[in-house]
Amino acid sequence: MDNLLQISNGERVERQRIPHVDFARFFRIMNDFIHNNGYIVQFFAYTDGGRTKLLAVVRNSNLFVITTEVDQEFPSLTLTVGSKFHLFEREIAEQFGIRPAGHPWLKMVRYHANYTGKKDVFGNDYRDDIPGKYDYFQVQGESIHEVAVGPVHAGIIEPGHFRFQCAGEEVLHLEIQLGYQHRGIERMLTEAPQKRLPIICEAIAGDTTIGHNLCCCQAIEALAGLEVMAGARTVRTIALELERLANHIGDLGALSGDVAFNPPANYFGRIRGEFLNLLLVLCGNRFGKSLIRPGGITQTMTREQRDLISAKLTELQPEIVHVCDLLFSAHTVQSRFEYTGTVDRKMADQLGLVGYCGRASGLEYDVREFFPTERYADLPPNTNKVANGDVYSRAMVRREEILHSLTLIEMLLALPKEPQQNETMKNHPLAPECFVVTLNEGWRGEVSHCLLTDSDGRIARYKVKDPSFHNWTGLAMALRNQEISDFPLCNKSFNLSYCGFDL
Amino acid sequence: MFKVISNRLEQGYRTTTYPKEAIQLYSRFRGLPEINDECDPAIIRQCADLCPQDAILIEEKKIDLGRCTFCGACAQVADGAFVRFSTNFEMGTSRREDLITEGTLPDLAAHAKGHFKKLFGRSLQLRQISAGGCNACEADINVLNTPFFDLSRFGIDFVASPRHADGIHVTGPITRNMQAAVLATYEAVPAPKVVIASGCCAISGGPFHGGSESLGDLNRLLPVDLYIPGCPPHPLTTLYALLAFFKK
Repeated sequence: MDNLLQISNGERVERQRIPHVDFARFFRIMNDFIHNNGYIVQFFAYTDGGRTKLLAVVRNSNLFVITTEVDQEFPSLTLTVGSKFHLFEREIAEQFGIRPAGHPWLKMVRYHANYTGKKDVFGNDYRDDIPGKYDYFQVQGESIHEVAVGPVHAGIIEPGHFRFQCAGEEVLHLEIQLGYQHRGIERMLTEAPQKRLPIICEAIAGDTTIGHNLCCCQAIEALAGLEVMAGARTVRTIALELERLANHIGDLGALSGDVAFNPPANYFGRIRGEFLNLLLVLCGNRFGKSLIRPGGITQTMTREQRDLISAKLTELQPEIVHVCDLLFSAHTVQSRFEYTGTVDRKMADQLGLVGYCGRASGLEYDVREFFPTERYADLPPNTNKVANGDVYSRAMVRREEILHSLTLIEMLLALPKEPQQNETMKNHPLAPECFVVTLNEGWRGEVSHCLLTDSDGRIARYKVKDPSFHNWTGLAMALRNQEISDFPLCNKSFNLSYCGFDL
Repeated sequence: MFKVISNRLEQGYRTTTYPKEAIQLYSRFRGLPEINDECDPAIIRQCADLCPQDAILIEEKKIDLGRCTFCGACAQVADGAFVRFSTNFEMGTSRREDLITEGTLPDLAAHAKGHFKKLFGRSLQLRQISAGGCNACEADINVLNTPFFDLSRFGIDFVASPRHADGIHVTGPITRNMQAAVLATYEAVPAPKVVIASGCCAISGGPFHGGSESLGDLNRLLPVDLYIPGCPPHPLTTLYALLAFFKK
């Protein structure tokens, strides 16, 4: 543990204070930390004066940071330390052309040329288009068949490719290949003028507009030394909870639709819209785009908005309780939800699942409780009662969080009047040679942004991590030995972001 | 069974009367901008400098709604001396250049191509393609199938197979990794077919304009027939544009 620098969420740290160790030592430290109930928040490569370095932010009940240096190749941590590293190492290989030697399954993440111009680790020619250019893992056997789905799916959803290896109806293996939405966001965030940063971050994943933009703005606030007024913090917290409510409610409706129980599907579909409309009341946009900017919020919450939100919550609360009861007490629903798509605690822990996917498997991690930002330190945490790791548990966690979020918003609305003012986007000078990592509990789980500035105060590296980055592998594991007909249900119970993953 | 009935009674009938009756969105909603062409050029320049999308044309005193994310930053300058956003959500054009506006848009119904109305006016089946967006556009298209909007009552549906579709509805800045899929889907739609670019990403790249990993303009790949601005377009904006273009 010595050699790891303890930091806090959203704290500005001078880069020279970050411990820098040789790779052998880094390896040992990671090994000890991860085997002692430790998890990875960020693990990425960056260049520093022509040298390639790796930076890791890890957590147990505290946050730590450490860096090391690598050359063309480094011994894979996935192989010996654990699966938590597997996607991070593949990402490092793809972005910087460095090989994690011995990685058990080194394949591309998002299909793009690396940043450094080094020889491609995967041997891809990026002038070729992505579809069909990859040898999927195959199961051999007389009665084995393969099902390929995507990138364009049979619905209004994002693109991604799913490859199932099946024996009859049973799925032996599911391989998920994403990257179709790759927009080169991390590089754009280092090249674009500062005024574009919140707009880009709001579009990392539209359903997590508040979560991602909050991470971005908190990071800029830390680097620029900006204070945020209490009233603005309250509004930001309300917005993050409204986002959670809209998505959880929408997903419960979609789960209901996936088991062909139409009444709750329609009711929740409409109620979800009511919460999006409350975000529109706050800021003029149904997804909360434009609400948060470095230093505060663009539009204050006056008595009018407060009353509108309060009245709507009072109206919707009993409806939500009743429709939840309708959904969860139907035995046809229970029989489809229970024991479907189970990820047990051990597996969830190995993969490092976050958010409701982790909590439904018994991993009690919630950024709001562990590393609180905004107003969360003053608010009560949620506890989950059902944690069996199946679709039912993931749905129940949503139900509990919906009621919890409603209570939180009521508490925040009842606060006495606090100072707040309209902020506009300005160009804030950032502290040079600094590092900051921000974490927030978006509705899917831990959203995290990490920024490194250079000697001129420019952003040298901007690293984004959506909770989906941890959880997609969880979905693949949930499908093992399930019937392929349960895929939509399992998929919706995770409801992961394609664009948040693809960046 | 009792719970199904009691919930049905509690939920009641929710479908909007739009377009028969007008609908008023909340005052903070930002729809069609109102531009003051007598504004001091210094203020216009200030707005343009602030605009993260470079959507303000200083000389012409216009806004490019194909680039605009409706973030409202320009309306905060000098208390809206140059731009204010109205709550009018009825936006959509059949020509890209019409989106560059001084505050008015041509009548979409009058400008719509006659043969599309004749072909698809009574039944329109669309294949949605998400080509690198943030999923906000897709989410607000899905909403059209909820009871409040109930898109199917107009004979408009989003279908699973491009072979069953009359056209494609594209969102996102057309990432390099989706180009082939967009073209393949377009090819699979039987002619005559319609192409709709929805949201500022598909029209101009939106927040990702200038990025090296996306095309940033659907028109560079396929001929676009209908543009729906917004980030994302409000569901009512999409509903308006589809009805005006294909129905009226």
